[in-house]
Amino acid sequence: MNERILQVEGLQKSFGGLRAIDLLDFTVVKDGVKSVIGPNGAGKTTLFNLITGIIPPTGGVLQFAGRSLNGLKPHTIARLGISRTFQNLELFGNMTVLENVMVGRHIQTVSGLFSAGLRLPGMRKEEREIKEKAWEELQFMGLEEKGVMEASALPLGEQKLLEIARALATQPKLLLLDEPAAGLNMRETGKLSETILRIRERGITIMLVEHDMSLVMEISDEVLVLNYGKKIAEGPPRDIQRNPEVIAAYLGEETGNA
Amino acid sequence: MDKKDFYPLLFVFLIIAIFPWLVGGNEYFISILIFLGINGIITMGLSLLMGYAGQISLGHAGFFGLGAYSSGILTTQYSIHPLAAFLAGIFLSAIIAFLVGKPTLRLKGHYMAVATLGFGEILFIVFNELSPLTGGPSGLSGIPTLTFMGYSLEGARYLYLVWGFVILLLLFSLNVINSRVGRALRAVHGSEIAANAMGVDASRYKVQVFVLSAVYASIAGSLYAHFVTFISPSSFSLMFSILLLMMVVVGGAETIWGALLGAMVLTLLPEYLRGLEDFEVLAYGGILMVVLLFMPQGILLGVRKLFEKKRN
Amino acid sequence: MVALGFTMIYNATGIINLAQGEFVMLGGLIMVFCTAVLKIPLLIGFVLTVAVVMLLGALFERLAIHPLKNASLITLIMITLAASILFRGVAMFLWGKDPYGLPAFSGGQSIQLWGATLQPQIFWIFGITFLAVFGIGLFFNRTLTGKAMTACSFNPLAARLVGINVRKLVLLSFGLSAAVGAVAGAIITPITLMEYDRGPLLALKGFAAAVLGGLGSGVGAIAAGFLIGILESLGAGLISSGYKDAIALLVLLVILWVKPSGLLGSAEESQLKKF
Repeated sequence: MNERILQVEGLQKSFGGLRAIDLLDFTVVKDGVKSVIGPNGAGKTTLFNLITGIIPPTGGVLQFAGRSLNGLKPHTIARLGISRTFQNLELFGNMTVLENVMVGRHIQTVSGLFSAGLRLPGMRKEEREIKEKAWEELQFMGLEEKGVMEASALPLGEQKLLEIARALATQPKLLLLDEPAAGLNMRETGKLSETILRIRERGITIMLVEHDMSLVMEISDEVLVLNYGKKIAEGPPRDIQRNPEVIAAYLGEETGNA
Repeated sequence: MDKKDFYPLLFVFLIIAIFPWLVGGNEYFISILIFLGINGIITMGLSLLMGYAGQISLGHAGFFGLGAYSSGILTTQYSIHPLAAFLAGIFLSAIIAFLVGKPTLRLKGHYMAVATLGFGEILFIVFNELSPLTGGPSGLSGIPTLTFMGYSLEGARYLYLVWGFVILLLLFSLNVINSRVGRALRAVHGSEIAANAMGVDASRYKVQVFVLSAVYASIAGSLYAHFVTFISPSSFSLMFSILLLMMVVVGGAETIWGALLGAMVLTLLPEYLRGLEDFEVLAYGGILMVVLLFMPQGILLGVRKLFEKKRN
Repeated sequence: MVALGFTMIYNATGIINLAQGEFVMLGGLIMVFCTAVLKIPLLIGFVLTVAVVMLLGALFERLAIHPLKNASLITLIMITLAASILFRGVAMFLWGKDPYGLPAFSGGQSIQLWGATLQPQIFWIFGITFLAVFGIGLFFNRTLTGKAMTACSFNPLAARLVGINVRKLVLLSFGLSAAVGAVAGAIITPITLMEYDRGPLLALKGFAAAVLGGLGSGVGAIAAGFLIGILESLGAGLISSGYKDAIALLVLLVILWVKPSGLLGSAEESQLKKF
């Protein structure tokens, strides 16, 4: 259970003169929930974008299950087993709820243009499987009643769940959740917390970027704290809560805003 | 093919089957329907590219021309069998679409539009300048009509040939739309970043659908060449690319049926406007503007929405 | 100059106005109308032409662009396309399909310079172009309105929040672009004539120049315009005059494919813009 699934060494990302990520080292252990927290602008979403290949690092190494992620395109990284949700929801607004999740099955299927156009038997069988698996994920997330609705018609809380269902459909080894609780009320957050633990039970490793501290402290196995792109603490939730530097970073933000 | 597409498809099939009888063999009406079919093939391809995958091309008349000239040149100057020429046209269009598509589809929005516009213009200039091969501005004549097993395919028979292609390609398109590939394309349209994150190689699919739409246009071009037996660059100009775009937008880019509807509207309209020669260009611009301002999703969806509103 | 027009509208709105070429065409043809039919003296006719086209540009913005503020990209492109067709249709209706010429602005005799024969109109073209560029450059960089216009394209919401009247500025940008286009049309017609459907080719070449120079940069646009013109002429001499137009288009394609931010623009800037 101590197997490392993600290893980050000396990671750097600069935007012009701005150092968004500054010599970051950390590892993620398989089958756990690792949360990334930090004041706004600390580089959390940038970190996710670097891991998923949306932006290239300016320096450093990202290793996933033994393979280097450096320079790989997002869709390749997805195929390796990393999936994610987005802070600012990126649903396929032009499709139904079910169809959104069906797209998640893309990596696990193969039908190409010709077998689709000619509706060959292999393709038809695959279509049935795609639909089945998609329904399963919707049920897992509790959205099965809304399958045929337009994705854009769902309320925010359910849209967030839909994104998770879609990501789960890719059968990831590592799931990155970017502020899944943002905009959710207490009841919804409770349900989210429960859902994340259920995902962990499926054997999927989870990384979480969050601002909701109670959620983070409740479900995380480990917490990574960033400030100005640097790691200022890493460890079990209880240690992080007592860490003076972490407190200072957050308080500093508060006094800065006062 | 989805369940809801079956009846419209059947309807189209039946109408075409009885059409020659319906118009008493009138050559004029039959030829209009042939042009409608030809335009419909191109617009279906464009609809896949624009409506489903969300890209844009202002240069598709070029691929139409490639198909037409391939068929025309190979059958007249080199006496090659029409079927081989037809395939050659498809092959040529596919390759060029691939080469042009790869860098062009990386561009964003307006840039892509202008790049395809420029490309279409370049092809137009090539058609005009490569005189020894294409006959230059005065065109290429003497393209043979098609025969099959001794029967000459003209008039009503050619109608069936063209619409046979239309229906086959329509079926193909509908199948693609309701498949993994179709969803991947629509995902790229919905959110390219999320599509990539879910493992869809957006760039590859964009190029694929671009090539597919070019092949559709090429097929239409070949059918066109063997019908009119005389082609000249003026049929493959920017104006035609824009007209095609209009058909797709006016009918409704988001659905294949919309594209066909648009083709119908904008193929039949010029027939009505025949008398108003000077007004033709004006009318096109006017119609386009009106539709864009009031029914930007096209007539098909626009009318459907009106019905839904009335129901509520 | 066409490139300048593109750059201005792009700077203010992030849109590429595909009807830009039509403004040039209209500039030329309306000028012809003024001088040949109305027999108005040159200078007044010039001012009148520019004013009329400017008005058309503003009308275009008001009637067609503004209502579509939040429309999809395809719709926006189509509407500028539709407008260009409309303008062309009107032009064809009013002027027919023949090319028209204008008398040169001053004197009719060619001048010999360094072994080449130049028409005096050339000096007018250079002169007016430089004046226009200089003026517009000053406008964008020195005046508040000009800077405000640039702000609009980066972030219209923020611009509005700091009190910039985005609507008016967008309107102004279209008017100015149209004016610039008209000027271009008027000054080249004596040399190259003008017919109703020259719009698209002019627009394409102008766009090529705009992109080559970097879509944010006015100076780049003009410089690139000259560069393309030179390349074209060289090409016409070396290959054949039919392919001359294809050259500018090829340049356009290559630039878009290789370095869409152009020679003088910055890659970061182009990534930040919406399109």
